[in-house]
Amino acid sequence: MKISIQDRIFLFCASLLAAYQVVVGIEGLSSFTILCYTVGFGVILVACLLMIILGFDVLESPLVVILSTVIPLSLSIGLVSEFYPAWLPAYLVFSGLGLLAIILTRTVMRSKISVLVLAVVHGIAGLVIFGLPIYLAANGITPPGFILVGLGGALIGLGGLLLFFMRTGSPLVPKERILKFFPALLLMTTAAFVAGFALGKI
Amino acid sequence: MSAVTAKLRLYWSLIKSWQTALLLSTGMAGYLSASQAPLHWGIFLSLCGSLFLAISGSTVLNMWYDRDIDAKMQRTCNRPLSKGLVTPGEVLRLGLVLSCLGIGWAVFISPSYGLVVFTGLFIDVFVYTIWLKRRTAWSIVWGGISGGMPILAGRVLAVGYVDWIGMLLMLAVLFWIPTHILTFNIRFSEDYQAAGVPTFPSAYGFDATRKIIAASSLLAALAMGGAAVWIGITAGTLRLMVVLSSGLLLLALTTWMRPSEKINFGLFKYASLFMLCFILVLAFGTG
Repeated sequence: MKISIQDRIFLFCASLLAAYQVVVGIEGLSSFTILCYTVGFGVILVACLLMIILGFDVLESPLVVILSTVIPLSLSIGLVSEFYPAWLPAYLVFSGLGLLAIILTRTVMRSKISVLVLAVVHGIAGLVIFGLPIYLAANGITPPGFILVGLGGALIGLGGLLLFFMRTGSPLVPKERILKFFPALLLMTTAAFVAGFALGKI
Repeated sequence: MSAVTAKLRLYWSLIKSWQTALLLSTGMAGYLSASQAPLHWGIFLSLCGSLFLAISGSTVLNMWYDRDIDAKMQRTCNRPLSKGLVTPGEVLRLGLVLSCLGIGWAVFISPSYGLVVFTGLFIDVFVYTIWLKRRTAWSIVWGGISGGMPILAGRVLAVGYVDWIGMLLMLAVLFWIPTHILTFNIRFSEDYQAAGVPTFPSAYGFDATRKIIAASSLLAALAMGGAAVWIGITAGTLRLMVVLSSGLLLLALTTWMRPSEKINFGLFKYASLFMLCFILVLAFGTG
């Protein structure tokens, strides 16, 4: 499917927001947290630019599944290291093993459990990004605006799910329909994250 | 009046406005990378004016000398000189006037800056266009050096001498230029062959050329990153450069391992975007 001008505009806006977040949106945190958020927003930025330049064909690459896992994993690690550093070692072990399992089951082993592995890793990382900001905002630990990060987490989970349907050729949602909504979804996701981090600053 | 406007429009198309604007912007970025606030608007505007004239002049002289090649190539056969809308003598005079005005103005502002501008023009017109372009595919190295002169000139005008950062900035443009020229060499290889211009694709094949493009893009990114760090850009801007470099690395590796026309053209576009971001970083990203 050919990428339209409107799609390109959505993706360009998303890439600008991600670039803004990388440059100024994550200052004042620990080096490790900044690194995690930089990886997450950096992958969004590069993915948007590559889609603008090469079109939707880039989504056919086997790398997409791995890179689309890096986004929720890095953002969730960033959140855990920022708010619950005591849990960080355990969560890092889970993330590292999860990513390794996804890479192995998708490339070397080509195992049938790859779907299960992907669902578990994506699911847990997605729940952390979705649930943690809501919990933090509800308990007054962060300003209420931080809930938007949770909204971004929900949207990126939806994006990951749509990409998964597309890659597996599931008839549940046709490829054309997924691609039609994908750039707008990516823009909304990035906007929610950027707004959430800006409004939720302690 | 309309005849004058029509003539000016023809002259404008002789200076390759996009290419001139890009090179001019590198010169401005080179100056801004070292200038102290507040900006000396008089010097800055003189830099813009003199560089614009010198770059335009060398482009017009280049077009005058290559008019026989341009006429044979589909991509360039519609240029005013090839179509006979302007005479060769007229174009030569225009090129000489623009070049002399540009270099004269540059020397008047600062002799060292003027020397760099003159060197760029000399390499572009005499070494690249007249001496090497029709003899060897490696002429693009000299084309790259002349393309790197505006950014060096801007830096020299700001600091007063040729420093290592300036050299690194020049290297960044030098390595970026093959990405641009070689991609066009591949796209229009039949055109170049018809005109008898030696290119990398005709001398070494498409795959080897794509690998050279990938390596050259990475070297350009390294030089840009090194210069940016040395200049002292802010931590946030440095993070952005690293992120954008990783995208370039990904495309360059894909071009290297699975060469294809589409990925190659994607790399060319991405490298151009990277260059634009680098220019903005140099101009506005220092702390």
